Amino acid sequence: MSHSNSFRRQDAIFARTTQFFALLVLATLAGIIATLVIGSWQTLTQTGPKFFVSDVWDPVQNLYGGMAPLWGTVVTATIALLVGVPLSFGIAIFLTEMCPPALKRPLGTAVELLAAVPSIIYGMWGLFILTPLIASIQPTLTATLGQIPVVGVIFQGPPMGIGVLTAGLILSVMVIPFIASVMRDVFETTPAILKESAYGLGATTWEVVWNVVLPYTKAGVIGGIMLGLGRALGETMAVTFVIGNAYNISMQLFEPGNSIASSLANEFNEASDPAHMSALITLGLTLFALSFVVLSLSRWMLSSLKSKEGKRT
Amino acid sequence: MSAKDLASNPIYKRRLWVNRINMAMSFVTMAIGMAFLTWILITLFGKGFAAFGTALFTQMTPPPGAAGGLANAIFGSMMIVGAAIFIATPIGIMTGIYLAEVGQNSTVAKLTRFINDILLSAPSIVIGLFVYAVIVAQVKHYSGWAGAVALAIIAVPVVVRTTETMLLLVPNSMREAAVALGAPQWRVVTMVTLRAVKGGVVTGVLLALARISGETAPLLFTALNNQFWSADMSGPMANLPVVIFQFAMSPYEEWQQLAWGGALLITLAVLVLNILARVVFRQKTN
Repeated sequence: MSHSNSFRRQDAIFARTTQFFALLVLATLAGIIATLVIGSWQTLTQTGPKFFVSDVWDPVQNLYGGMAPLWGTVVTATIALLVGVPLSFGIAIFLTEMCPPALKRPLGTAVELLAAVPSIIYGMWGLFILTPLIASIQPTLTATLGQIPVVGVIFQGPPMGIGVLTAGLILSVMVIPFIASVMRDVFETTPAILKESAYGLGATTWEVVWNVVLPYTKAGVIGGIMLGLGRALGETMAVTFVIGNAYNISMQLFEPGNSIASSLANEFNEASDPAHMSALITLGLTLFALSFVVLSLSRWMLSSLKSKEGKRT
Repeated sequence: MSAKDLASNPIYKRRLWVNRINMAMSFVTMAIGMAFLTWILITLFGKGFAAFGTALFTQMTPPPGAAGGLANAIFGSMMIVGAAIFIATPIGIMTGIYLAEVGQNSTVAKLTRFINDILLSAPSIVIGLFVYAVIVAQVKHYSGWAGAVALAIIAVPVVVRTTETMLLLVPNSMREAAVALGAPQWRVVTMVTLRAVKGGVVTGVLLALARISGETAPLLFTALNNQFWSADMSGPMANLPVVIFQFAMSPYEEWQQLAWGGALLITLAVLVLNILARVVFRQKTN
């Protein structure tokens, strides 16, 4: 039958065409990795692993070490999670367990809209509103918390309002919607029968959340946190506005610093020396590798929850 | 045990209080989240509206210390974002079709799904670096096209994800019915399944549009900026996000005010697109 033959050929073309576009997506990733590796080759071969432990960043003498922006990236992301995770957890519990049904949708949408606001808006808000606020309360913090032995040092620094802490706080506001909406979605996957059984035994709402919902959705919750971490590591604009652009490794959170993303945003266009450019691209490669690992873990965690759900039904 | 005994039982009391305190905390976190959202929006609307006027839409970006508008930046942003979505939509839809209808559980499909999820949250500044190396460094100048390609790379994963999710919602019986009528697969997909989820696919494109409208980092190294009106996509182009960045970080009051005006414009566009996407999605799926 010529009809079925021509259909088979049409379908083969269709399959190949759509596959081509899927391969294009794969090629994009391969291209990103390849260009970053090529771009950072000079630094990787000439400076080598020393790049990651040196804290000298001196474009005048052409000496580059990536430790300071790496430190800034890790510290700001850590602050973001320390502040953002408990808040997101509370919001997710509120939306799944406490919220009146009529408000569930509008409040859920509001949280998602918080995620849609462009990061440059958070940056401006941070620069013009949060920075003066932090500058005004900082002397009090330094005078009180800053006097505690050992940990007090983290509350010291110049009272400018710009610095690592401000960047971390803005990031925390930015990651809340991402983490909270994943947590809400995974909490909703807990089978009603499990929760009802616990309620039937006389458990309080909190006990149901802590002893039933959370253990059941553990993997998904961690996946959501990882997703937030991935976002926090790579966020550029919100951080660049308020971090202060200084190559600094300090325990003092009010000290200005730099993250990988903010170094790139501030310097890449001005970098004319090949060594400078290569050092910046090496930072980009490091950032990409970090986010790749974190996002892969996140995905793996979230999909393990999904497959558990699949087995059950 | 009577109810009175229960209420005075210390263990019971403790559990009750732990519950009350934790639920109150949960309520407080929600309130904090909403407070931040309203705080940011109130600041934005307050400062942004002050900059609104006909000049904002009709005049060019001014030199430092002078009054002006954002006309060239608004136009440039529309061109770049429009070109980006024009590139990203077909790639995204085709890949989505491949994942849901053709590849399904094959190795290529699984790998693509994984990579797509990574690209969905990959740091956008790194994508800027990539496009800089591939396009800007090769042709030796910044261009609107380079900006559009960078934004397209960010938009594609959003379209892929929504298209695939939507196609998977189509009941298999619809595909089977079409196949039983003798249709080849490409006709089944284009005439039946894709048509059934038209609204969902549009939602994906709108969300992608919202996602890239405010993206700044990838444009810094690609489209750069241009103080003048330019419709030439092969040269540096003014665009709202980069202008906002530059103006907000400057010490000039006129520039800062324009930055707020631009910020409000972008946020309004993004919020409207998001809400529109939800409305389209709800209408078409119900």
